[in-house]
Amino acid sequence: MVTSTAIEIRGLHKSYGAVEAVRGIDLTVSEGEVFGLLGPNGAGKTTTVEIVEGFRRRDAGTVSVLGFDPATGNRKLKVQIGIVLQTTGIDAYLTVAETVDMFRSYYPSPRPRDEVIELVGLTEKHDSKVTKLSGGQRRRLDLAIALAGDPRLLFLDEPTSGFDPGARRSAWEMIKGLATLGKTIFLTSHAMDEVEYLADRVAIIAAGRIVAEGSPSTLAGRQKAATIVKFQLPAGGPELPEQLRKGANVDGASVEMATSDPTRTLYDLTSWAVQAHLALEGLEVARPSLEDVYLEITEDAAATGAKQ
Amino acid sequence: MSDFQRALLQVWYTNKAFRRNPAAAFFTLVFPIMFLVIFSVVFGNGKIEVARGVTVSVATFYVPAIATFSVITACYTNIAMGLTFSRDAGVLKRTRGSPLPAWAFLFGRIVHAVLIAVLLVAICAAFGAIFYHATLPTVTLPAFLLTLIVGAAAFCALGMAVTAAIPNADAAPAVVNGSILPLLFISNVFIPLQGAPAWLDFVSKIFPIRHFADAMVGSFFALTGSGLQGNDLLFVAGWGLAGLVLSFRFFSWEPRI
Repeated sequence: MVTSTAIEIRGLHKSYGAVEAVRGIDLTVSEGEVFGLLGPNGAGKTTTVEIVEGFRRRDAGTVSVLGFDPATGNRKLKVQIGIVLQTTGIDAYLTVAETVDMFRSYYPSPRPRDEVIELVGLTEKHDSKVTKLSGGQRRRLDLAIALAGDPRLLFLDEPTSGFDPGARRSAWEMIKGLATLGKTIFLTSHAMDEVEYLADRVAIIAAGRIVAEGSPSTLAGRQKAATIVKFQLPAGGPELPEQLRKGANVDGASVEMATSDPTRTLYDLTSWAVQAHLALEGLEVARPSLEDVYLEITEDAAATGAKQ
Repeated sequence: MSDFQRALLQVWYTNKAFRRNPAAAFFTLVFPIMFLVIFSVVFGNGKIEVARGVTVSVATFYVPAIATFSVITACYTNIAMGLTFSRDAGVLKRTRGSPLPAWAFLFGRIVHAVLIAVLLVAICAAFGAIFYHATLPTVTLPAFLLTLIVGAAAFCALGMAVTAAIPNADAAPAVVNGSILPLLFISNVFIPLQGAPAWLDFVSKIFPIRHFADAMVGSFFALTGSGLQGNDLLFVAGWGLAGLVLSFRFFSWEPRI
């Protein structure tokens, strides 16, 4: 299957006065992909997204969204995209159905109203006024509005911030469902688990630059990074054998070992423990989480960014 | 669906939202009548010379004067406040990100404001005719309606323009009232300007409210043949045009932080 490009960004620059918010970004998002953009506050994330959405002008570089330059405000582009902004601004006195209908009227081939409302799980609130909706329900109405025009490309800016865990999970399922409909989704988020669950590919932005890019499971060599094995050793018990002691970090009763060969290390450790009749309390095997990778990368980038 | 149909739908949705907020709708409609009654009671049943040789009772004078005030509230005040609140809430930004043309969105707000203004003027005129023996304009009705529409459009444009000077929704009432209330007092609207110092007369004539009020009063009482106060109306239209130009240049679709 030939995948076409939904978004292409080359050499993007944007400054606000003396502050360089975006310092040369290149990104490509393929059609049908769920792409996650991660980054700390002030890293240039919102600036980048809003340039791509057409809200802001760039200083330099090229941006192509579904073949159009978003800076021109071309309606042929606007009818093909849906945007969920971070803040929800909806006329308070219309009902859910009226709001969706109003936005549907802006598009040449909108999605059927009740289908949109069902897709975001607001069928029971069909005739409720926006003022009567909870925060989470408003957020879902945001998504419904973005879906009203049946877009090919969907921008979601922190779509589940402020959700309770259950609502979050159902929002994720909804977004997954949209991805299976073939929509391209450009997601920004602070929540690592969200990006890990939803995104096919992620990029991390820090100090106005893309500092890492890849699939969530292999980002920044995460799959090759050392695995951490943790356990407790009872005081006064037998000592760790020689071959396990190197690479181990003993802090009182707690032991932490970093290993690039976890299978071997666990075999050595557990066979020794079984022979010594030891129960390894609190035994844990952990791969570095996306969050660990993220924090390491963004801290490095902030440090080098500060030096420049 | 054509863009014009989309624009008309915006009027319809704006009206729907307006009616869904009954407290706001009620006071918008009743406020001018309250002013009409209060001013008539306070300033009694004296006579006032609205033009050389044309004398009317104060209560009658207040009918076109408060009609003028109604148009300014419905257009300038409501457009300025409504757009600022929508801007701060992110409604404008969301609309900007949709394919709805900007003009169609603003058309909805502006046409709705003008319709409310026309309704308020009709209420004022009917109230005045019933309770204050005001004679409704007949021969000069075309001039009165033209004045009303030009004034309403101009004050909508000015309401749109002033949003650029309003930093946030909290500041909206202060800026809007601060820019309009003093002028209402010196422009022959709340108080008939009789024997006012020349400088005050001069100052009030710089701003559009005075000219709009004079044009409304003039066409209401048929002070000229057709009732049309051409110069005043052109002056108001000029201010409206300036408001439009400023809006094109400075109107913001995003919250100003």
